Amino acid sequence: MANNIDAPEVKLKAKDFASDQDVRWCPGCGDYSILAQVQRSFPDIGVKKEDIVWVSGIGCSSRFPYYMNTYGFHSIHGRAAAIATGLKVSRPDLSVWVATGDGDNMSIGGNHFIHACRKNIDFKMLMFNNKIYGLTKGQYSPTSEKGKVTKSTPFGSVDYPFNPISLALGAGATFVARSMDRDPKHMQEMIKKAAEHKGIAFIEIFQNCNIFNDGAFELFTDKETKEDNVVYLVHDQPMVFGKEKNKGIKLDGFNPVVVDLNDGKHSINDLLVHKEDDESPTRSFILSHLTDSDGFPKPVGIFRRILKPTYDEGVQNQLEYITEKKGKGKLVDLLKGKNTWEVN
Amino acid sequence: MAQDNDKNVETVDLSDVTVRFAGDSGDGMQLTGSQFSDTTALVGNDLSTLPDYPAEIRAPAGTLYGVSGFQLHFSSSDVFTPGDSPDVLVAMNPAALKINLKDIKPTATIIVNEDAFDAKNLQTAGWESNPLNDDTLAGYKVIRVPITTLTTNTLAETSLSTKEIVRCKNFFALGMMYWLYSRPLEPSMNWIASKFKNKPDIAEANQKVLKAGYYFGDSTEIFTTRYNVKPAKLPKGTYRSISGNEATALGFAAAAQLADLPLFLGSYPITPASDILHFLSSYKNYNVKTLQAEDEIAGISSAIGAAFGGSLAITTTSGPGMALKTEAMGLAVMTELPLVIVNVQRGGPSTGLPTKTEQADLLQSIYGRNGEAPMAVIAASTPSECFTMAIEASRLALKFMTPVILLTDGYIANGAEPWRVPEISELPKIEVKFRTDPEGYQPFSRDENLARPWVKPGTPGMEHRLGGLEKANITGNVSYDPDNHDNMIRIRAQKVKNMENDIPDLEVIGDQEGELLVLGWGGTFGSITEAMDKCKKNGVKVSQAHLRYLNPLPKNTEAVLRKFKNILIPEINMGQLARIIRSEFLIPVIQFNKMRGLPFKSSDIEEKISEILGGGNGK
Repeated sequence: MANNIDAPEVKLKAKDFASDQDVRWCPGCGDYSILAQVQRSFPDIGVKKEDIVWVSGIGCSSRFPYYMNTYGFHSIHGRAAAIATGLKVSRPDLSVWVATGDGDNMSIGGNHFIHACRKNIDFKMLMFNNKIYGLTKGQYSPTSEKGKVTKSTPFGSVDYPFNPISLALGAGATFVARSMDRDPKHMQEMIKKAAEHKGIAFIEIFQNCNIFNDGAFELFTDKETKEDNVVYLVHDQPMVFGKEKNKGIKLDGFNPVVVDLNDGKHSINDLLVHKEDDESPTRSFILSHLTDSDGFPKPVGIFRRILKPTYDEGVQNQLEYITEKKGKGKLVDLLKGKNTWEVN
Repeated sequence: MAQDNDKNVETVDLSDVTVRFAGDSGDGMQLTGSQFSDTTALVGNDLSTLPDYPAEIRAPAGTLYGVSGFQLHFSSSDVFTPGDSPDVLVAMNPAALKINLKDIKPTATIIVNEDAFDAKNLQTAGWESNPLNDDTLAGYKVIRVPITTLTTNTLAETSLSTKEIVRCKNFFALGMMYWLYSRPLEPSMNWIASKFKNKPDIAEANQKVLKAGYYFGDSTEIFTTRYNVKPAKLPKGTYRSISGNEATALGFAAAAQLADLPLFLGSYPITPASDILHFLSSYKNYNVKTLQAEDEIAGISSAIGAAFGGSLAITTTSGPGMALKTEAMGLAVMTELPLVIVNVQRGGPSTGLPTKTEQADLLQSIYGRNGEAPMAVIAASTPSECFTMAIEASRLALKFMTPVILLTDGYIANGAEPWRVPEISELPKIEVKFRTDPEGYQPFSRDENLARPWVKPGTPGMEHRLGGLEKANITGNVSYDPDNHDNMIRIRAQKVKNMENDIPDLEVIGDQEGELLVLGWGGTFGSITEAMDKCKKNGVKVSQAHLRYLNPLPKNTEAVLRKFKNILIPEINMGQLARIIRSEFLIPVIQFNKMRGLPFKSSDIEEKISEILGGGNGK
């Protein structure tokens, strides 16, 4: 192995994170953008390539690790969070990232997801939400809107979708954000902030599946409609949106309302000021449900970012504490236990 | 401890005793039994135990289904089983008497808590009249003791509630049994003091009652004989009492130290495997991390993650959990990561009999996955052998870079026996080398055993990707190539097969050829061995072989089997090993199958042997 202790630190470039494998997503897929933003952000997160591990489950999104020149594990359907948990708990020194999708993470892997959030495992998760099953060729997913007509629901789905942001908040995630495949700069910012966060970081990424669910997020990504339909969450800033920056979100008790800043009745001072670090998750919840009724913009950005001790460091601290208190165990003592007798 | 008194007590030496404690599931019978066992082990007897309890934690009082039992067989010579039928039954209530009466010897001693034989309890247990007052127990030696009253009297001066007082009564029974079998009180006195160190009044009460029970034996006229069972002649060494589950936990902790690796356990609580999780979670200063996962799948998946990270990774479960872990086991096979999966088998299918034993997951372990997913499977045959086999499972997994299943069962997991604590130098060496040299590195290159290199994330210049998709041999890139897939299936199978060069031959106890070989595997070892002993004493010629390695089988298995005219395979399933032997070697075998949730009685095996030998003695 080369001795590179004295070597000057070489700043990595995006291409250093590209593996030698051909990327095999459908041309035009939103996944390409996510891969590109990750590769562009990673030189800035201050982690050595060999200390990064990408873990994934099954689905289009889960091919992601093959395309990253880091350590990687393409596992089985739904289990990425559980595998990442074991990896991070056993190796707290690694930077562990999970690539998953709405089917992988909200359906078959839902249990692992909520428990990873609850335990605040220090890994970062990018959930590519295209509101459809792509790899199995077009069935509705747990984030598809009610009434979705797909191959498995020819007369429209009759079940209600998950709200991934709300689910993550409800499960106690300490970093919850949303971004979009067509907003590269914003996504890079979210990725870097997730990397900085100590604890679980969940980013829902609106990702267009141009084959089975094309245009699902067009309202939020198209230049013409975006600004009236998206509100960017910025810490400590009032929630203003609209082409003319003329609209805002105000809280009326627990109910959000959209107000017109030019109607002479409302000013910017009336608007909800976004706080990522609110002690209570209540306002984040309200924001996560903003678009449940018509006329509201879709919030994009960081819903919540708080710090609390992580599970993996808790486990490590306990191990070190007990080892210090009891002394490093000697195998011979362990085998003998408390009560022995001699046979001569 | 015994006081001098005027009572004329005769002490009789016995070589061999089987005792069963039975009472309500809330009566503390498991505790009483294990205390008696620990003390008995300390005085140097060989012993074997059989805890037998219901799945309900506190079943309604006095019911038949709520009866919890603990059987213990101790002796001045070698003990292989918990005993076919008890010599002594301690019955704390009418239900316990009713349930256990059919099992005990016709001449057995029955010690009853006569206070519990009231109208309500008798009715709940389905006795039409009080068996203590009619001829139901004719032929038995019945000792009636008002245990509840005596306990209450003992604690009359204390501030404990009636409920707390009555709860101490199991220690009265224990004290009495200590007197009857000439055992010292000190070990249990010390145990009580340490167990209740934060509740000194409870500790004191239990100690008082324990002593009261002992002195009751000493002073009352009810007991005219006490017994002594001399220490067994065990090989020289330091001994302790050990259960299979604790031995399993110790084995993994030892394996990790021998391999100089951190140990990671991902597990979801399940009867009867949870104790392994409990033990390992207390070994924190041995570099052991345990994760109580959200479900069985997360248990194994987290372990796979830890294996990728460079830990000795294990997951522990029982039947239903095995079913849930199946897909992830395939992933471990595919990614060629070292992993040990422990299945403490219980009665199935489905939830089955959670607290009872069975051996019916053998075929599931060897074959139960999608695709060609070869799995090494080994099995422990006694509580203490769980230690050796946990180390062996780890050694094989690490050496061959593939998952290994270790099978134990509810009987050996919960059963206890004396164990000679091994010297560290007696334990096998486990050599693990992480590859750190990026020069010419290929993730799926292979060594002489066909194992691929293990590279820890964090190693510069060796970034690679694993996954469940088929990989090209050597490079490890995703490959859909038909010939590569065919080749990889064969390589993975050959890798497991290659273990046969690394495991001991199948040993035959007794003559190496003859009329009959009894072939067993796993937890039936004790019953078979005891049956062999009896056959030997009766001049019946029969040989025994016991498989610890089920996949691959020891290389000489076929050669061993072909030397015998008949092969009898007793199994606590419908004939799963029998099926394997037939299909592997085209050798006919005789099955003997009982699925009662209990270990075989050695007498049943003995009878089967006689039946096969047609009244002859195998010569």
